[in-house]
Amino acid sequence: MNQLEPDLGVSLGPLRLRNPVLTASGTFGYGKEYAEIVDPNLLGGIVVKGLSLEPRPGNSPPRIVETPAGMLNAIGLENVGIEAFLKEKLPWLQSLDTAVIVNIYGHSTEEYGAVAAQLKGAEGVAALEINISCPNVKMGGMAFGTDPAASAEVTETVLENSDKPVIVKLTPNVTDICAVAAAVEQAGAHAVSLINTLTGMAIDTETRRPRLGNVSGGLSGPAIRPVALYMVYRVVRAVSIPVIGIGGIMDVEDALEFLIAGARAVQVGTANFVKPRVSLDIISGLRKYCIDHDVQKVEDLIGTLIL
Amino acid sequence: MAVFEHRAEVLQNEEVAPDTYLMGLKSVPIASAARPGQFVMLRVAEGVDPFLRRPFSVCSIRDGAVVLLLYRVVGKGTRLMADIRTGSSISVVGPLGKGFEPRGAGEECLLVAGGMGIAPLVLLARSMGKTGVMLLTGYGTAAEIVSPVRLGIEDFAAGVATEDGSAGHHGLVTALLEDAVAEKGKKIVYACGPPAMLKKVASLCIEKGIQGQVSLETIMACGMGACLGCAVPAAPGSGRSSFHVCQDGPVFSVSSIDWENL
Repeated sequence: MNQLEPDLGVSLGPLRLRNPVLTASGTFGYGKEYAEIVDPNLLGGIVVKGLSLEPRPGNSPPRIVETPAGMLNAIGLENVGIEAFLKEKLPWLQSLDTAVIVNIYGHSTEEYGAVAAQLKGAEGVAALEINISCPNVKMGGMAFGTDPAASAEVTETVLENSDKPVIVKLTPNVTDICAVAAAVEQAGAHAVSLINTLTGMAIDTETRRPRLGNVSGGLSGPAIRPVALYMVYRVVRAVSIPVIGIGGIMDVEDALEFLIAGARAVQVGTANFVKPRVSLDIISGLRKYCIDHDVQKVEDLIGTLIL
Repeated sequence: MAVFEHRAEVLQNEEVAPDTYLMGLKSVPIASAARPGQFVMLRVAEGVDPFLRRPFSVCSIRDGAVVLLLYRVVGKGTRLMADIRTGSSISVVGPLGKGFEPRGAGEECLLVAGGMGIAPLVLLARSMGKTGVMLLTGYGTAAEIVSPVRLGIEDFAAGVATEDGSAGHHGLVTALLEDAVAEKGKKIVYACGPPAMLKKVASLCIEKGIQGQVSLETIMACGMGACLGCAVPAAPGSGRSSFHVCQDGPVFSVSSIDWENL
């Protein structure tokens, strides 16, 4: 055994992860979709597709469009609903040896609370991630996430109804993301994850119609990475709770940028579509980086940005 | 179902008609596992432009080791694909999706293709053998016709239609389908092609009470059932509001799709 075998484990408040690489909500299904290609037991964790109280059909197609170095999506939070999740999806996830984080969504503060309550006591659920940042639904979602007071209220309600650590996923579509981060920290959130997608649109010049059925969508992929990185950098300095970095991470170099900026973990999203094994490549890349740079613990890297 | 992701050597990438290519990828695992109607996702360039993978139906399988894909240059991704040299390698994920339901023993069937829609029907035809199988293909013009010999389907009973009348029947392939159904009665119909053609095939099948299966094409991001980007409207009464082409399809029974809203 190499004595320099690095420790990739990280702590996110009460949550301990085997390594800092999670798959982002909406890009990895309920984990099983990728199981033939990616052994989920090697991941730091899986954040499942956003769940609402009732099943949601999602938006009218087209729901996705390719853009320079990224894509726009307007899925509209299509999901099986919390009950079906508990019955049909969770048992398989419980058999895994990885952190399962359940992303939840509601139309109203009360609905967020009701979904959280359904997950109370659920075995094999390591944490909740509250989606107050989806740009593709008319009610809820980003309407909460752009208002610090409403974000805090949703966070408090979820905490009251939950026995799990609570992560709040933030939207970049605000003037000051630090104000929202500070508000949810104040409300008791255990961690924040950022960024969700940036709102955008694309037009077909032949038909003169929007390329998305929903007109607008959320931009993701490497196109948004510098924006995400800077927001993570700023939020890390604005709050004392752990920050999870998300936004266009395609390889280990990208993941390292977020960790050095101060993120305690990262989520890999859109890259899963292009490089299904990307999360595993990032994990082995982190290990190699630690060995090459004499880093004993990946935690020693976090926030080591030199200004 | 087994799914594989690996770099595959490009063994051929030949222009078989103007702007139409037949690419051969060496992939024993995918060639062994693929069923007619399934597809693969190709990463046509290493960088971020184009960013997403592209879905292609498995057109044929050679020697249990080579996956053949038929494509026409229609945009940036396929233009880059056409320039890929033999001997280089390309990342491929597959086989994906649910393929065609096989016909019952001795059942006669009609395979109806519009343009590049011929791709999945080649593997289907070759898997069934020529007895009781008729292949109807439609193209815009004679120059677009991909030689049946190149596709290995020259032994099948066939009909051709071109929209400009430069070869075969002057008109749409669906007219050949209507004639074949009128002449020989009920058969199983397997079809792939542009949406307008499939709508016509579906309405004909539904009207005549014929079992029809169609392979749909949509924009896709993951191809694995994770992104939910490839939704198509489900028929009322199907118990679903939408289906995902990558996972519930790409092959659907004509009765399960809401054709009016597709």
